[in-house]
Amino acid sequence: MHADPKGVLTGIHFIDGDHAACEGALAAGCRFVAGYPITPSTEVVERFAARIPLVGGVFIQMEDEIASSIAILGGAWAGKKVMTVTSGPGLSLMMEHVGLAAITETPCVIVDVQRGGPSTGLPTLPAQADMMQVKWGSHGDYEIIALSPNSPQECFDLMVKAFNLAETYRVPVFFMMDEVVGHMTERVVIPAPEAIEIVERKWTLKKPGEYRAYQTDGDMVPEMVKAGDGYRIHVTGLTHDDRGYPAMNPQAQDKLVRRLVNKIRANRDKLVDVREDGVEGADVVVVSFGITSRVAAAAVEAARHRGVKVGHLRLIITWPFPAKRIKELTGGAKAFVVPELNMGQMVLEVERAVAGKAAVISVPHAGGTVHEPEVILAKIMEAAQ
Amino acid sequence: MSETDLLELEIENPVASYLRQERLPHIWCPGCGIGTTVNCFARALTESAMDLDRVAIVSGIGCTGRVAGYLNLDSFHTTHGRAIPFATGLKLGNPDLKVVVYSGDGDLSAIGGNHLVHAARRNMDLTVICVNNFTYGMTGGQVAPTTPIGATQTTMPYGNFENPFNLPFLADACGAVYVARWTVYHVKQLAKAMLEGLRKKGFVFIEALAPCPTLYSRRNRLGDGVDQLKYYKEKSKIVNGADTKDVGLTFQGDIVVGRFVDRERPTWLDAMNEHYSQHFGEKYVPYGVSHGQD
Repeated sequence: MHADPKGVLTGIHFIDGDHAACEGALAAGCRFVAGYPITPSTEVVERFAARIPLVGGVFIQMEDEIASSIAILGGAWAGKKVMTVTSGPGLSLMMEHVGLAAITETPCVIVDVQRGGPSTGLPTLPAQADMMQVKWGSHGDYEIIALSPNSPQECFDLMVKAFNLAETYRVPVFFMMDEVVGHMTERVVIPAPEAIEIVERKWTLKKPGEYRAYQTDGDMVPEMVKAGDGYRIHVTGLTHDDRGYPAMNPQAQDKLVRRLVNKIRANRDKLVDVREDGVEGADVVVVSFGITSRVAAAAVEAARHRGVKVGHLRLIITWPFPAKRIKELTGGAKAFVVPELNMGQMVLEVERAVAGKAAVISVPHAGGTVHEPEVILAKIMEAAQ
Repeated sequence: MSETDLLELEIENPVASYLRQERLPHIWCPGCGIGTTVNCFARALTESAMDLDRVAIVSGIGCTGRVAGYLNLDSFHTTHGRAIPFATGLKLGNPDLKVVVYSGDGDLSAIGGNHLVHAARRNMDLTVICVNNFTYGMTGGQVAPTTPIGATQTTMPYGNFENPFNLPFLADACGAVYVARWTVYHVKQLAKAMLEGLRKKGFVFIEALAPCPTLYSRRNRLGDGVDQLKYYKEKSKIVNGADTKDVGLTFQGDIVVGRFVDRERPTWLDAMNEHYSQHFGEKYVPYGVSHGQD
């Protein structure tokens, strides 16, 4: 279906990534946001607070990120598309509810405008050091989806996609911005509502009595209802059976946890979203994501001028990781170069996919700035030797 | 009349239809007061004549946290301490719902204390039922923010020396529009308070004192559940409209019960709609204003 025109600010804008992310959420149909101020993400909720009264929905500034991250789950079970927005310290506080969203299969979008850490770290400066936290941060086994935009335009476009994926798979979807993407101002084109494809929640057509909250029909994603519709559902963070009732036994645990991870793992190929630039036949492949991809692109250009056959693979969806595509490229490429604004996180995934069949060169950067292109260029040249 | 004859009468328990029968028996210990509060709540629902499809119940974690799972309503068993913010999202997501938070003293006032004070401050339209058994039952009887000074708990093995919360005073000070306390000895009054709480618009806080014979009473040599009921009966004094600062509890001391606060204040949503209507004029469509049953 198409976007609800009420939320779509069609036109050409000159806005930053935080504002564009908010517009993406509104266009996607998000009508309930709970948040707590934290640099460098606050502009997202400030814009939402300003825009939502006339769009028709609610913003509430909660008492902390713990409250924000569960208020949105309440909003989702009331039938709304929901989002919360934060940065590192707030993300750490939200982790318990990432697990609750995962086990109750509550669609939601969590925006993380990454800043330098650990702890309070660098509130106003960029990093990409929460990549493993969003993958593994809550206890227990589950899967999530993460997207990494590199421009205000992508903050809009990919935010719509983030909401669509949350509804399709009923998982928390992380929107992994960083301080630079959040605060850079660029041209953002917002299309007409009829040009924006929206995925509606997977509402059940079954009647109360026939419906079982966590029964699935082949695709591993159960149909959903909302409170107030007469289904008298029970939703719990305990391990539960098809009815949603607590089931404290290893069989129920096995069945539920396998499905929670497999509904994403079995769809990995469908979920691949990468941008490829000259990777076929390249000797060296640079793997990058988010803001670092823009710096890496400059380094790749410079290396090509120096005669190196270098390709660039940019991850749009960072989780699940496109291991299969990386593996395919190990036939030709002799080295992978992985720059990122952390001390080496996604490079571990590249290493796993490459499995010793090519060299993998990490280009870590602790954050605070982006890389100098020359640093990445030097590693490409080294890899090409 | 023999037992068989009684069974043949097929007398239905009047609260049976409010329970998920397939989930029984429940997990609560003999003599526990939580089940009594659920009985009172079911009676309040009956009296209220509400459309039960529009009543949702949210619990946190703990013995009382299991209430949501036994009631035949839309029910949500959330994380420890966070029932109130989940309920806030549920209410704001669909203002047509009557949202009840049903949880324990540790869940609501220790780990969830920050949410309690802010939801009361905002006058979020939630009916909060707090079963206070003075202890953490599910984890084996540790000290709670409600444990009276002098009571022994596993993490206060030589007796509690921490000052406890006076929960009605806390809720009152933060802005709750309805505050009451009863014990599970006062089943009629508790059911009536729950009914009033369901009908009240705004942040309602009802404290229900309940025995935990397994972990609180036994460790303090207070006998069983019945002995605690006798204590409630003998030491309770009904003072409706009591100043909440005077209703703090002491170890086996006097208990002031009653309806302490009943006042009017705009809810968070009403305040938002009123404010935006003034600010934006006719451009603003009030949010969540019911257009009748659809």
